[in-house]
Amino acid sequence: MKSPWRFLALLVGAFVFLFPFYYMLIGSLQTEPDPSVGGAFPSPGNLTGHNYTEINAAIDLGRSLLNSGIFTGGVILGTLVFGVLAGYALARLQFRGRGTVFNLMLLVQVIPFQLLTIPLYVLIVRSYGLADSYLGMIAPFAINSTAVFVFRQYFLQLPQELFDSARIDGARELDILLRVAVPLVKPALLTGVLLTFIGPWNEFLWPFLITKQQDLQPLAVSLANYITTVSARAANPFGAVLAGACVLAAPAVALFLVFQRRFISSSLESGVKG
Amino acid sequence: MTRDTRGRGGGRGGGELATVLGKQPIGTAFVTPYVVFLAAVFAYPLVFAVYMSFHDYFFAAPGVVVDRPFVGFDNYAAVLSDPAVRRSFANIGIFLLINVPLTVVLSLLLAYALNAAIRWRTFFRVSYYVPYVTASVAVVGVWLFLFNSNGLVNTVLGPLAPDPSWLVNSNLAMPTVAIYVTWKQLGFFILLYLAALQNVSKDLYEAASMDGASRLKSFWNVTVPGVRPATTLVVLLATVTGANLFTEPYLLTGGGGPDGASASPVLIMYQRGIEQGNPDIGSAIGVLLVLGVLTLALIQRRLLDRES
Repeated sequence: MKSPWRFLALLVGAFVFLFPFYYMLIGSLQTEPDPSVGGAFPSPGNLTGHNYTEINAAIDLGRSLLNSGIFTGGVILGTLVFGVLAGYALARLQFRGRGTVFNLMLLVQVIPFQLLTIPLYVLIVRSYGLADSYLGMIAPFAINSTAVFVFRQYFLQLPQELFDSARIDGARELDILLRVAVPLVKPALLTGVLLTFIGPWNEFLWPFLITKQQDLQPLAVSLANYITTVSARAANPFGAVLAGACVLAAPAVALFLVFQRRFISSSLESGVKG
Repeated sequence: MTRDTRGRGGGRGGGELATVLGKQPIGTAFVTPYVVFLAAVFAYPLVFAVYMSFHDYFFAAPGVVVDRPFVGFDNYAAVLSDPAVRRSFANIGIFLLINVPLTVVLSLLLAYALNAAIRWRTFFRVSYYVPYVTASVAVVGVWLFLFNSNGLVNTVLGPLAPDPSWLVNSNLAMPTVAIYVTWKQLGFFILLYLAALQNVSKDLYEAASMDGASRLKSFWNVTVPGVRPATTLVVLLATVTGANLFTEPYLLTGGGGPDGASASPVLIMYQRGIEQGNPDIGSAIGVLLVLGVLTLALIQRRLLDRES
């Protein structure tokens, strides 16, 4: 591959990856869906914000976004509290069973979650009666194993002397973790939050299964229900769907663009593990 | 148990207790919430799924004691003789045959191209990764718009547009879903290959060019073998992701249509297990799918290891 060809190939690739996002935005602003080639360019006569009003009337965007936020926030909180504890212990403490826990953490990352949906549904919805609740939504995702792995990697990189001297001073492990280690791995916490965010924010199957009440559905679920049932009756179904899609995509894409370095380095690190 | 030298000199306990519990037994307390979580969300449901698949399990009101007799392989027999289930397993086979090779080839080529000192490198990396961080539900919306009968793709293709259109054509629905998933996940796999390319020794490229090897030759003889461990991982992860397929056939092809041509095992598992209220049948599909993925992973591993 000579250099101009290489560049051209990359450019074609970038177009293929980015165009649908551009088209999502254009489509969400069209009064009438325009699938012609000209429709891919904004035309002043065919621009409107009406699709956003329409989707908001159908699925209550504010409420859906709030539900997505609570779901995602709960998972992030669980991961930060319990994941940091576990990551620290796996990196810095010697205790019986550490190797087993470490191997389990790696193992669960290749277990396809969907395969557990039936038993989890039976347990959480039928046995514990947690259907239509935030707790039921959050529980299966409460601690992100990839984040635990990232936390462990960062804690491992800290110099051992730090821990030795703190221990000689008689500090308790929890104090060492909170006062010494955590302040030194703040970038890891940000990375952990970011990679945890996209899981629940984008998750569809699980919240779809356990929320039947519309006022508890995260946006991914209410938008999907709109696509499958309501959209056929709307004046400009594609416009409304694309408006909802933009609202759902925007927070994740924005976070990614702002913190792209963190996202990409964390993927590189978790990739090396295999 | 791992025993390394890290943490030596730090423990206060010492003595026999320390050799049994480790130098910092408090670590057990630190990992307990995580271990409980793994047990509750992974281990127990896994065992429970196997249990259900061998019993006549049905939904009952909470707290009501009902008899759910052991039925041996009945559920499995029912599943295996169900044409919709068989179809879904064949479909996922087609999906993997398209998705996995396409993912490996495209992500390696794009990672290779990105690995050079090139203008706009960050821009390219970011643009390839954007679909991966975006909700499938959102992106499905725009694919529906692009690929419907009167969509932009068919407008551009003109007379070459397939009839019936992509997502409602029983021969093209599953391949279209496979291409969609390849497109959506590719950024992640490009990054895996980019990381692996950093480990390929520059000396090998130099030696190859000294021997007069063309770029194509050195790509084939140096790069491809150099990233083999990454290829094993990419194939494994793409297979696992593919076996999990649900959102895309549910939304993109309106519930695995046309006529079950794009139904995935997880979709059928959902329909049988939850919509129709037969969690025992659903669990049996799940167990078969896990066994299928494991078998496939072992075969792939054998094949990829033998080549090296």
